[in-house]
Amino acid sequence: MRSGWWRSMSAAALLLWGGLQVASAMEPIRIGAFLTLTGPSASLGDPELKTLRSYIADLNAKGGVIGRTIELHDCDTGGNAQQAIACVKRLIEQDRVDLLIGGSTTGDTMAVIPAVEQARIPLISLAGGIEIIDPVKHWVFKTPHTDRMAVAKIYANLRKRGLTKVALITGDGGFDQSGRAQLHQLAPQYGIAIVADETYGNQDADMTAQLARIKASNAQAIINFGFGQAPAVVTRDAKQLGITLPLYQSHGVVSQSFIEQAGAAAEGVRLPAAALVVAEQLPDANPQKPVLLAYKRRYESQYGPVSTFGGHAYDGLMIAVAAIRRAGDVDKAKLRDEIERTSGLIGVAGVFEMTPEDHVGLNADAFRMVEIHNGSWRLLP
Amino acid sequence: MPEQLFQFLLTGITVGSLYALVGLGFALIYNASDVVNFAQGEFVMLGAMLTIALLGAGLPLPLAALAATGLTVLVGLLLERFAIEPALGAPVVSTIIITIGAAIFLRGAALLLWGKDFHRLPAFSGDAPIQLGSATLLPQSLWVLGGTALLVLGVRFFFERTRPGKALLACSYNRTAAQLVGINVRVMLRLAYGLSAGLGALAGILIAPITFSSYEAGVMLGLKGFSAAIVGGMGNPMGAVVGGLLLGVLESLGAGLISSGYKDAIAFLFVLMVLFFEPTGLFGHKVAERV
Amino acid sequence: MRLAGFYGFAALVVLLPLLFPNDYFVIVVGASAGLHAILAVGLNLLVGYAGQISLGHAAFFGMGAYASAILTTRFGWPGLLALLAGLLVAGLLAWLLARPILRLRGHYLAMATLGFGVIVHVILVQATDWTGGPDGLSGIPPLNLSGWTVEGDLQWYGVIAAAMLLAIWLSLNLVDSQIGRALRAVHGSEFAAQMMGIDTASAKTRVFVVSALFAAFAGSLFAHQQAFVSPDSFNLAVSVELVTMVVLGGIASTFGAACGAIALTLLRQGLVVFEDYEMLIHGALLMAVMIFLPQGLFVGLGQALRTGLRRCGLGRRRDRHRSLSTAGVQDPGSPP
Repeated sequence: MRSGWWRSMSAAALLLWGGLQVASAMEPIRIGAFLTLTGPSASLGDPELKTLRSYIADLNAKGGVIGRTIELHDCDTGGNAQQAIACVKRLIEQDRVDLLIGGSTTGDTMAVIPAVEQARIPLISLAGGIEIIDPVKHWVFKTPHTDRMAVAKIYANLRKRGLTKVALITGDGGFDQSGRAQLHQLAPQYGIAIVADETYGNQDADMTAQLARIKASNAQAIINFGFGQAPAVVTRDAKQLGITLPLYQSHGVVSQSFIEQAGAAAEGVRLPAAALVVAEQLPDANPQKPVLLAYKRRYESQYGPVSTFGGHAYDGLMIAVAAIRRAGDVDKAKLRDEIERTSGLIGVAGVFEMTPEDHVGLNADAFRMVEIHNGSWRLLP
Repeated sequence: MPEQLFQFLLTGITVGSLYALVGLGFALIYNASDVVNFAQGEFVMLGAMLTIALLGAGLPLPLAALAATGLTVLVGLLLERFAIEPALGAPVVSTIIITIGAAIFLRGAALLLWGKDFHRLPAFSGDAPIQLGSATLLPQSLWVLGGTALLVLGVRFFFERTRPGKALLACSYNRTAAQLVGINVRVMLRLAYGLSAGLGALAGILIAPITFSSYEAGVMLGLKGFSAAIVGGMGNPMGAVVGGLLLGVLESLGAGLISSGYKDAIAFLFVLMVLFFEPTGLFGHKVAERV
Repeated sequence: MRLAGFYGFAALVVLLPLLFPNDYFVIVVGASAGLHAILAVGLNLLVGYAGQISLGHAAFFGMGAYASAILTTRFGWPGLLALLAGLLVAGLLAWLLARPILRLRGHYLAMATLGFGVIVHVILVQATDWTGGPDGLSGIPPLNLSGWTVEGDLQWYGVIAAAMLLAIWLSLNLVDSQIGRALRAVHGSEFAAQMMGIDTASAKTRVFVVSALFAAFAGSLFAHQQAFVSPDSFNLAVSVELVTMVVLGGIASTFGAACGAIALTLLRQGLVVFEDYEMLIHGALLMAVMIFLPQGLFVGLGQALRTGLRRCGLGRRRDRHRSLSTAGVQDPGSPP
């Protein structure tokens, strides 16, 4: 009788313990995304969210990750850094997410870093500013190329063409200004002389005044490091003034809408871009090509023209998922360590090799120099 | 330097005419109701966005522009009927908040209808720049300047030669006296809103090929138009036009000659200076305060 | 002074975090609402009681915030000292600007304050070496209040709540004081006030400075609470939102201003769930409230309530010893 009682007791205990294990294993993986879905940077957050939703749905349909479904909690920062902080606090404290993906902009990302470090939660940023990972922060990673890489690419191309005197024209946004800082910093390294340095307001309708000054200088090329509608205005105004100098843009304008808005003036404009926009032009042997084409096909079938910003979200999600698989669970510290060990992951932006000193894991080769030709992107050799 | 100066002036006058048109709208409504309509910038945005949408739907440009203007006038009238009229008699500050609410509402509607992208209207007569000495001008700028001149003359004619126009002016001088003479102030109010909406829409259509339109395009324009109206003297339509041109030119000169980053600060410094020396704007009515 | 209402409000403010210590909405959004309340109460002194429109108030908010940010991060000043410095700068600037700006009336005054606000914002964006430019300054050290370092959302709720109650108390005192009466006289009719011997220019200057000080104080708290400042938080839209809060709540009512600030802050947070529809609903609500309650939420609802109570035979007798109530200016009682 007594042994029978013990047997049933231990069976019950075992069942209970087993049940608890299963229950906790059934807990979904919660990913928090804070993105700019409205405001001037909405063209960043919008494809990012769509990408995340699409691929998370796909992963869940295939049984989830480590046997658990992924739950996406998203929050709109509107491009406002203060709102980003509020978003992140809500995601961490109320939604109890395991990992954060975002912000879409450098400003949003930098603003939330103190909160992220205090909460000891890993963050994979989708923004470009180099200050996000330089100096390296224990919990912060990012997937896009840094603006420093973009500048290096532009300067290398200028040197190849024998042009050394450049005029800068940038806007008053965070992206513009940190790009401008990098342009100044790297210039001596490449033997580039900055002979003009103009700025405009991102909402301005007309940049002819600034461009007239540039025309009167002895610049051999113009670099417009900007984002949003302004670079299209700059490009058209340059054409209006009859400026024939080579015009370089930044990776902030890698979108079909830039080509549409700049119109015929965009012909011949060069910029560094992720290989996504010229995926078909890559040699077949390129390891990135299948990943790029797959992403492009899926996104375009669901949503329309593809965007490199959505690609960064894809990379972030894939890095996170791979790290979760290697870690075996979503303990934040373990997750962080596994993210840092990302190696050989073929993403949209390039092949990721992260180290404790390098929390982006890309090199400048992942960026390609492209030219706008006949209304589409052409890969430059 | 002198050649660039000419370019700065040309640009300034083009941008300034846009401010002038928007400022005119502010002045009109203020004349009829003592209220600054913070949704004026949104009328400009609606004119442009509706035209782009109708063009995309297949209408030829002139028809699209006409229809868009008509629709915006309708929006203005609806705004007056359902948001302003029920609040007649409320303190002025409250009515201003109503127009701010209306502006946000219209922006939200535009966001839902047309999304967050930027859109462009094709130029009316092509993009080939016109060479004027060492400066260049877009053909569209000529449309803007010409259009503004026509509209301003039209408004002037309206005020000086037509009954409703004179009645509207009378309202601005002394509302009670106007009522005593038999002018229906309520109708005048409706007229003012409709007219301002129409002017705003036309301004938006004229400028859309040069700038880009999005649901937020009205904010900056509204602000500059308001500044133009104030500088010219609130309530003086011609003053608003002069104010707008001055503001545009100063902004362009400030960007070109001093610093492109600080140009907005320079423009507003100018506005502050004007107000310190002329507390009622350059051509404003000298307000006699009733004791 | 309406003490009963004040104590009731204070009790509510203290009770909330005790009931919901882990609720993000109460603690974090509540703190944000508290800061807005301090700003709105200060602005209300200017707009409501002195009748002066200001569309550039965010500039003073920004001055306090950036003073604290720059002095603590770049020069290593202690938090309290930086806060005092921020108050000094804002107060001085307000005092210098007051005379020329306050000569203007109505929309001209609105434009002048708007222009001032834009100029300050442009400087915050452009003077990158000092202000960190459009991406702002981060890494602001926590606030140290004589030994106690304020850390964590709950502690910040406490500090901000205390500051807000202090601000409301000060405002109520000011309104009932001689200065307050002088201001209301000015609002009613500046000419008549002058005839009564009130130095209207100095009264208006003083209230301008006081409201600037309230804003700068809130700014310093904001900088330490967020550990980050950027020019985006101090632009024209913010100034307009502050005026909206004051008018929405009820002009010339301290509790109205606080009410409007809290209501609008909660509304913004609550509307986020509607995503793309947020703007539309926000605009529609603003219009609706102002159309149906043109005196503002607090005052309007208070009136409606009092009328309702009186109809039911309840409600207080009219207080015969109410303070000076000049034409067009409401002197509301305690909150319902």
